[in-house]
Amino acid sequence: MTPRRRLEAILLPAVAAAVLIALWHTAVKVTGTNVFPSPAAVARGLAELARKGLLLRYTRDSLLRVGAGYGLALLIGIPAGIFLGWRPGAARAANPVIQLLRPISPLAWIPVAIVLFGVSDASAIFLIFLASLFPILVAAMNGVRGVPAMYRDAGRNFGLSGTALLSRVIFPAALPEILAGLRIALGIAWIVVVAAEMIAVNSGLGYLVIDSRNAGKRYDLVVAAMLLIGVIGLLLNLLIERVSRLRAVRWGFREESA
Amino acid sequence: MIPAPEPAPGRTKLEIRGLEMTFRVEHEVRVLEDIDLDVREGEFVCILGPSGCGKSTLLNIVAGFLAPTAGSVKINGEEVRGPDPRRIFVFQERGVFPWLTVEGNIGFGLGRLPRGERERRIAHYVVLVGLQGFEKSYPQELSGGMKQRVEVARALAVDPDVLFLDEPFGALDSITRLVMRGELLRIWRAEQKTILFVTHDIEESVQLADRVVVMTARPARIRRIVPIDMPHPRDLSARRYLELRDGIFEEIGLAHKI
Repeated sequence: MTPRRRLEAILLPAVAAAVLIALWHTAVKVTGTNVFPSPAAVARGLAELARKGLLLRYTRDSLLRVGAGYGLALLIGIPAGIFLGWRPGAARAANPVIQLLRPISPLAWIPVAIVLFGVSDASAIFLIFLASLFPILVAAMNGVRGVPAMYRDAGRNFGLSGTALLSRVIFPAALPEILAGLRIALGIAWIVVVAAEMIAVNSGLGYLVIDSRNAGKRYDLVVAAMLLIGVIGLLLNLLIERVSRLRAVRWGFREESA
Repeated sequence: MIPAPEPAPGRTKLEIRGLEMTFRVEHEVRVLEDIDLDVREGEFVCILGPSGCGKSTLLNIVAGFLAPTAGSVKINGEEVRGPDPRRIFVFQERGVFPWLTVEGNIGFGLGRLPRGERERRIAHYVVLVGLQGFEKSYPQELSGGMKQRVEVARALAVDPDVLFLDEPFGALDSITRLVMRGELLRIWRAEQKTILFVTHDIEESVQLADRVVVMTARPARIRRIVPIDMPHPRDLSARRYLELRDGIFEEIGLAHKI
């Protein structure tokens, strides 16, 4: 990138954000609303959350829940998906069930989660686990199934079979697609944690949104929490995007590497 | 129509007897019929036929990736029952592993060797195929011709006695293809391998082979075996070269005019 392009890459979004904040401020002033907060009120709200120590604690709680649920989905989903992709018979048996469960919104599982785990961390983690499991499982399964026969044959030609073939050929060949699934799953997990925390627990950013509204209609805190959720979601996505730029997997992301 | 296979001087390496192949997809497709062929050690044999005639199927059977419907393939007097690192199949350039560097690809079949020996061999074959300076490059950073060299080097590194090449230069531009033919001949002379080379390119077969096995359209049979009695390097405007080439053109029933 030329210095000029680099400057533009920072400057243009900054200008757009500034315009948006100005519009927001003007809209609040012109309409004279006393429900929706102004940008300044939200900034004060954020400062208040930081002072009380809630900002860090709630962010940490949400991230820990996502980490646990997503981590569990990853540990189970990747091996299970690889197994299903590797054994066509198993995939044929399991696929109808997977395709049936997959379109069910994780939010529909909330009552089930509460029956199973009560109003607790475990409920939220279970919901995040469910929400992330299917994208990861299906990506791993399709990734393995889609490995060109040529790679498989080449691996066998060099004397590999069983787990050696799996770990040295099939897994690396499927990795870009698995990473794409991991990225989608992380986005969904971050959306679901907010919903789960509104219902199933008493901390976290989702809880902050619902609690601020219920306890005295503090819309400055509601919007502050929303902004936090957005910023952290953005950071999580940037983080996982970094992983897909590693040289050993970049070949699989040709369409994005413009 | 079908003359007996040429009695080949030298030790017989590969022996194909009464080979037949029928695929059952929706209806039966007879692909290979009555294939008898002997290839002697160190010989360079081209299998020439129109696209889709079944010559690749023949190569896949000989390499052990497919089981024939009838007949047998013996290498060193031993029935072929599956792929084997002593006989390496070279695909078009897409067979290189995109998740490994040039070094990683060339060393792929050398896992059992001690580290020093492995590195020595990788270095040797990097030089042999002229890829010095690209050891740490990934395939997507290389041109088609370079990828093809990587695949040939990966095959040679495990020191096989037989190489199977399935239209290896088909995807390359015509200049690179000519260069690669020269390289292959140089390597063949240096490494003394038996080579079975499938192509649909008449010129290519006459430039490379000791004998050209001309196949019919599907179901493929051996139409004729043409010995190319010219020493290397071959003069592509020599009268004998043109005679042999035009003989095969006629054999296939193509008027050599456009």
